[in-house]
Amino acid sequence: MTRVSIVGASGYVGGELLRLLLWHPEVTVVQATSGRNAGRYLYQVHPNLRGRTSLQFVHPDKLEPCDLLFLALPHGEAARAMQRYTGLAERIIDCSADFRLSDPAAYKRWYGEDHPAPEWLGRFVYGLPEVSREALRGAKYASGVGCNATASNLALLPLVRAGLIDTSKPVLIEVKVGSSEGGASSTDSSHHPERAGAVRSFAPVGHRHTAEIEQVTGLSTPHLSITSVELVRGALATAHAFAVRPIADKDLWQAYRGFAKEQPFVRLVKERQGIYRYPEPKILAGSNFADLGFALDPESGRIVSICAIDNLMKGAAGSAVQCMNLMLGFEETLGLEFPGLHPV
Amino acid sequence: MIATCPECAAEISLPADTLESEIISCPECGAELEVISLTPPTLALAPEVEEDWGE
Ligand SMILES: NC(=O)c1ccc[n+]([C@@H]2O[C@H](COP(=O)([O-])OP(=O)(O)OC[C@H]3O[C@@H](n4cnc5c(N)ncnc54)[C@H](OP(=O)(O)O)[C@@H]3O)[C@@H](O)[C@H]2O)c1
Ligand SMILES: [Zn+2]
Repeated sequence: MTRVSIVGASGYVGGELLRLLLWHPEVTVVQATSGRNAGRYLYQVHPNLRGRTSLQFVHPDKLEPCDLLFLALPHGEAARAMQRYTGLAERIIDCSADFRLSDPAAYKRWYGEDHPAPEWLGRFVYGLPEVSREALRGAKYASGVGCNATASNLALLPLVRAGLIDTSKPVLIEVKVGSSEGGASSTDSSHHPERAGAVRSFAPVGHRHTAEIEQVTGLSTPHLSITSVELVRGALATAHAFAVRPIADKDLWQAYRGFAKEQPFVRLVKERQGIYRYPEPKILAGSNFADLGFALDPESGRIVSICAIDNLMKGAAGSAVQCMNLMLGFEETLGLEFPGLHPV
Repeated sequence: MIATCPECAAEISLPADTLESEIISCPECGAELEVISLTPPTLALAPEVEEDWGE
């Protein structure tokens, strides 16, 4: 059994990692840290884990060596303490944004400061198996992924790979997201009377995940806007791009099918009948699937590409466990087969 | 018998006992398809119920 520990285990991503790893057949969770909850049982913070484990949170200072460390910390904390973490484990998967961008200049541009540990940037593989599968096999260090970036990237990749986008025209992406993206700590604006029922434009321009979309798709200026909606889990990216040549639905089917057939967690959803004719994040809660759909306006050549994910799963912990499976040579889908709930 | 979906271009294998004017669903895109001929096997989109909400 591979011994894994989770730093930042009381947060939402940490909780989701625990849910996946406690049921994973090839690993044992040895430690789960929380400074504020040290000594409390895991279920006292994550009630869905009741009866499954008698583990208690330990203070991050009490972290012991293990085979693989998951880091699920606030922005910047992983990079600042990388020396310590790499001394404790041979392999690290960091769910934060600290090691996602390979270019330190892009980091400075989007995060407003010099990278605290630039020497580590090149050593992390970008943690989205759909783009870095081969590099992840056997890798020692993997980054996490941005949830909005992942929904956007998966929406755009089939079109990018098939060379169908007219890059002289703008590519726009609107992402609608649930409240768990903000993590487990609250703010005035997340207070229930303020948040409930709100459709809040919180990043019409300037969202940091734009950098990850540029890096993954190679598109020079994707235009990204984020709106938070009445969901706890879930992200839905709707990307608009223009076709580089006259195309038909069949060309898009071919492009999307070509992409999806290589990806165990990508499904195509474009139905002419039924309840959910396009990707719907609601029915993906708890699942690692990314559902992709598309529509074409033949008049204007506009392609609308749609991707739904659970931000805590494909957008964070699910992809991280998929990376672990690749890094350790397990079946890529191990422990991640849950298909989601319906109705929910 | 192999026929091509007129919607998504998937190759669909039809059972040997398929009849003309039978309605089948495309396994890839879910379109309802009518078998309009067996020689050669040919499919056409069947009329469907439109979704009317969200107007
Ligand atoms: N939420 C999402 O949908 C999502 C998606 C993709 C990626 N991510 C990324 O994943 C990371 C975690 O996000 P989250 O939503 O789970 O955040 P969160 O709910 O706020 O959890 C943060 C965790 O970090 C711990 N922590 C804080 N400061 C620490 C320090 N200096 N050393 C050790 N532990 C510390 C916290 O517990 P204690 O303070 O008790 O120690 C808590 O367990 C973030 O970097 C985020 O960008 C999140
Ligand atoms: Zn079809």
